[in-house]
Amino acid sequence: MKAVRLRVALTAALAAFLPATGGHQVQAGAQDAHARAGGIEAKFEYCTTCHGPSAQGFRGFYAMPRLAGQQPQYIENQLRAFLERRRLNPVMANVAHGITPDMIPALAARMMTLNPPPVGGAPAGDAALGKEIFANGLPDQNVPACSACHGPDARGQREIPRLAGQLYWYMVSTLSIWSSERGQGGRQDISWIMRPTVANLTPKQVQALAEYVSALR
Amino acid sequence: MKHFGTKMAALAISVGTTGPLLADDLPVRNCTWCHGTSAQGYYNAPRLAGQRVDYLVNQLQAFATHKRDEFLSTKYMWNAAAHLDPLILRNLAAYFSALPPEAAMDGDSELAAEGKIIFENGVPDENIAACQACHGPEAQGVREIPRLGGLSYSYLKRRLEQWSQGQDASGIPMPKVGQSLSPNQIAALASYLSFVRGESSEK
Repeated sequence: MKAVRLRVALTAALAAFLPATGGHQVQAGAQDAHARAGGIEAKFEYCTTCHGPSAQGFRGFYAMPRLAGQQPQYIENQLRAFLERRRLNPVMANVAHGITPDMIPALAARMMTLNPPPVGGAPAGDAALGKEIFANGLPDQNVPACSACHGPDARGQREIPRLAGQLYWYMVSTLSIWSSERGQGGRQDISWIMRPTVANLTPKQVQALAEYVSALR
Repeated sequence: MKHFGTKMAALAISVGTTGPLLADDLPVRNCTWCHGTSAQGYYNAPRLAGQRVDYLVNQLQAFATHKRDEFLSTKYMWNAAAHLDPLILRNLAAYFSALPPEAAMDGDSELAAEGKIIFENGVPDENIAACQACHGPEAQGVREIPRLGGLSYSYLKRRLEQWSQGQDASGIPMPKVGQSLSPNQIAALASYLSFVRGESSEK
């Protein structure tokens, strides 16, 4: 069983020290898997294992966001953020290591072509409040209108994500842990902008917003 | 049966939201005949003790509608679930879910370390997703996603092999996962999971 241990150690060492393409020849016996893994289509299938067959998002143990219709520049920036630890997510940091930079534009473009209906299933709450906050913000609480950056149709622009049809549970969790997950690179990270806004929202307002945007097409 | 009745009375208190569970109302022995007297799994039949209640309900329904169609399920569970009253189905699921699970610990301990790495990180270069994203960091499962920790090596291995062969195609995304794994990786995952002990009561 020494060989197995060695392989495990090698895998770990490779993951830590080599760029994603560097270790391919080293792992004996895995050539087939690597040949399969190389193409964009295979990588897209890898993404949809967790994010849903149409990239509509999936509520696993963790909520995995909808990528369908997402802004390509947002996807690209977030994949870089996982690698650069500007966004802390152990699972996605690993995933990002398995996606070479040249694959990202094609994968992101592929996601943009998809338009499945929202997953839905949000618990019924105060969607009207969510709509109000999204459109007009909460001036008394220093919460700007979400629509100012994310667009009146919540489809985002460039590095600012689409929120329309996003998973309710993902919206709630990502807004709840924002400051400990995102913007770790400081002010130059665009996610930094959201920190005060998120801090000024109550849990009930977060849920209302999540319910509202999760139903948008 | 007296001892059993006492157990059931305790259960009736612990799962109050689903209504009282009375041994006399539940055909528990129809299940334990194959799954073991304490539902820890036996031979081909997987452990039910400590399994997620929503998963058990969902799977029993999938047997009844023939949606879950891998070999052995077609042979045994299709018939077993064919005439289950919906209320009894729910109560059976709640009953077995509330039993404390024991880890099978029957995998190859030499393979467990590699299995743990695949479970937690996946193998990004080979497009193998991290199992924990859906099944949880302790393999505890959640809602309709099953607890895997402590299931038997042979059951875990067989299910992954069956998915890789195209059986139970409705179990999305597991067919894709099964196809992405090599036989060695399947053996490693099944070994690791067979040793995982998890908390039992959290739903």
